[in-house]
Amino acid sequence: MKKFAAVLFAFITVAMIPAHLVHASAAVDPETLRGTTLNVYNWGEYISDGSEGALDVNKEFEDRYGIHVEYTNYTSNEDLYAKISGGGASYDLICPSDYMVERMIAEDMLEKIDFSNIPNYKYIPEEYKNLYYDPNNEYSVPYTYGVMGIIYNSKMVDGEPDSWSILWDEKYADKILNFNNPRDAFSTAQFLLGLDVNSENAEDWQKAADKLKEQKPLVQSYVMDEIYNKMENGEAAIAPYYVGDYVMMAQNNPDLRFFYPKEGTNVFVDALCIPKNAQNKAAAELYINFMLETYIATANAEFVIYGWPHTGVLENPDYIYKDNEYLYGTVPVKTEFFHNLSPETLALMTNLWDDLKIEGSKSAGVYIALIVVVVAIAAIAVFGVIRKKRRESQD
Amino acid sequence: MKRKRSVLMPVYAVLILVFLYAPILVLVVYSFNAANSTAQLHGFSLKWYRELFHDAATLDAFRNTMILAVSSSLISGVLGTVSAVGIFKMKNKWVKNVTRGVTNIPMMNPDIVTGISMMLLFVFAGRMLGRTGVLGFPTMLIAHITFCLPYVILSVLPKLRQTDVNLSEAAQDLGCTPIQSFFKVVLPAILPGVLTGVMIAFTLSLDDFVISYFVSGPTSQTLPIRIFAMTKKRVTPDMYALSTIMFFAILFLLIIINYIQMRGEKKQIEKVKY
Repeated sequence: MKKFAAVLFAFITVAMIPAHLVHASAAVDPETLRGTTLNVYNWGEYISDGSEGALDVNKEFEDRYGIHVEYTNYTSNEDLYAKISGGGASYDLICPSDYMVERMIAEDMLEKIDFSNIPNYKYIPEEYKNLYYDPNNEYSVPYTYGVMGIIYNSKMVDGEPDSWSILWDEKYADKILNFNNPRDAFSTAQFLLGLDVNSENAEDWQKAADKLKEQKPLVQSYVMDEIYNKMENGEAAIAPYYVGDYVMMAQNNPDLRFFYPKEGTNVFVDALCIPKNAQNKAAAELYINFMLETYIATANAEFVIYGWPHTGVLENPDYIYKDNEYLYGTVPVKTEFFHNLSPETLALMTNLWDDLKIEGSKSAGVYIALIVVVVAIAAIAVFGVIRKKRRESQD
Repeated sequence: MKRKRSVLMPVYAVLILVFLYAPILVLVVYSFNAANSTAQLHGFSLKWYRELFHDAATLDAFRNTMILAVSSSLISGVLGTVSAVGIFKMKNKWVKNVTRGVTNIPMMNPDIVTGISMMLLFVFAGRMLGRTGVLGFPTMLIAHITFCLPYVILSVLPKLRQTDVNLSEAAQDLGCTPIQSFFKVVLPAILPGVLTGVMIAFTLSLDDFVISYFVSGPTSQTLPIRIFAMTKKRVTPDMYALSTIMFFAILFLLIIINYIQMRGEKKQIEKVKY
């Protein structure tokens, strides 16, 4: 029996090799890439990494192709942009969000992808092709998507809210969280006010900033990942965040609920791209194709718990979030992408954001206190020197 | 008056200890938590320690961090000691003071300034040599040595001042070459200072995030960078486990070092007695 299995296995392997070669006939032979290195720069916790029994995707890739994967992480699109544009480091594969893809294409920072090397691109659903940031589908392959909404604790919030205005409800003062990054935080106010989140009009941004100032006394804190703990242990009641993160949080606190505000909300797509200074483009394309294989994509989708634009995953009966009503249910409201803003608008937004964060900390009082402390220290020092001098002169 | 003080003193000491160790204690407790959220305590479990040893990316980052910390602290230890001896031997008081001041400035420099300027320098130097993608382990090592160096100098200089200048001259009178006298007489005398400097350098290198973040490249990601990048999602509890292990490892190391030092001092005292 064992022998039979071995023979069968050998047969399957042999049978698979030509199939594989035929499959990749147009592509670079992966064998020629053996022993090379692939530098992947991705968000933290954005790939199935072998924890809690999950598939270790990078190891799987290394084992299959003999290409060493150097996998490092960044924390924001802006950090990624700084690293790539600085020119000090060369990466082969990155995963920017939609508006950053747009910016990088505009600034000629991305390499065109040779889609004949990525046969698995067939799994990408039509609605995720030719999106605004890459209208001719030359530079990017969508990796994840998600929609922003509001998470709330049903034990602490009355009724069923349906609007962004709940984030301004004084009843929940000190129980409200908001994003700790300007673009997302501003969008909460912009959606509520019916403003364009991609507006280039300074007045619009000023209006949104005023709205956020109005909200500030009610906000417990501006958070990013801290939201997990704060919402799970009931420290905060209401927070805007992404639907995938809600699914993860609800596993630890079943009282949490989620809704899409009626005024409309933000949708994002993170896409795999190859930067201009890539040293190993062929391996990067091989890696993208590998990431689109159904079982790899499923493992990643179950690990990251965001929406996965991949028909293979969506039809995979083993995918645990297959029919998740939140991840894959219809979004009943209007959704909008963030677009790349002009440098002036970006600067304005950053300034308004800084104002918002600093304002209210009684800035004048702080400065006076600082001056008093400095003067006191100086006085003590001077006094000490004088006393020392006097003593010396007495001696 | 005296009685009041005797009550206040232990209270104060306990408060300080709580202040210092409560965060670490919480971390240790959560590292044994069965749930993956700090919202719940689900009972004792070694799950996250098991997870840690399967988390290849974290172990990689940990290995990089340790290699970087050990090599940068040792190299800056050697360089710093040599420079401290050099500064100490300077004849011109003016030059000596200026040099000492100049070596201290990088310590006062905010990390973010050091990080950005280092990155610019490396990229610039890379361009001059016609290379892109210079950032990586070598640049991180250079950066870490650079910011550790002043601390080593600062901890070695006072020890040099404490030693008797005539000692090395006496050794040379008795037939040592200058280099021999340094290794046989001066170095043993300043060794505690050197060790302190190396230890400070080690801990600084171990937990530096800002500078590393700017000068790191596609290879050799360190642990602080990895943990910080997790803030997109949740910081996984196996980080608590790793931190717990690191805390106890360093505690153990410190106890051993203190024990050895104490024995050394005792021996010296005994020697003086007889």
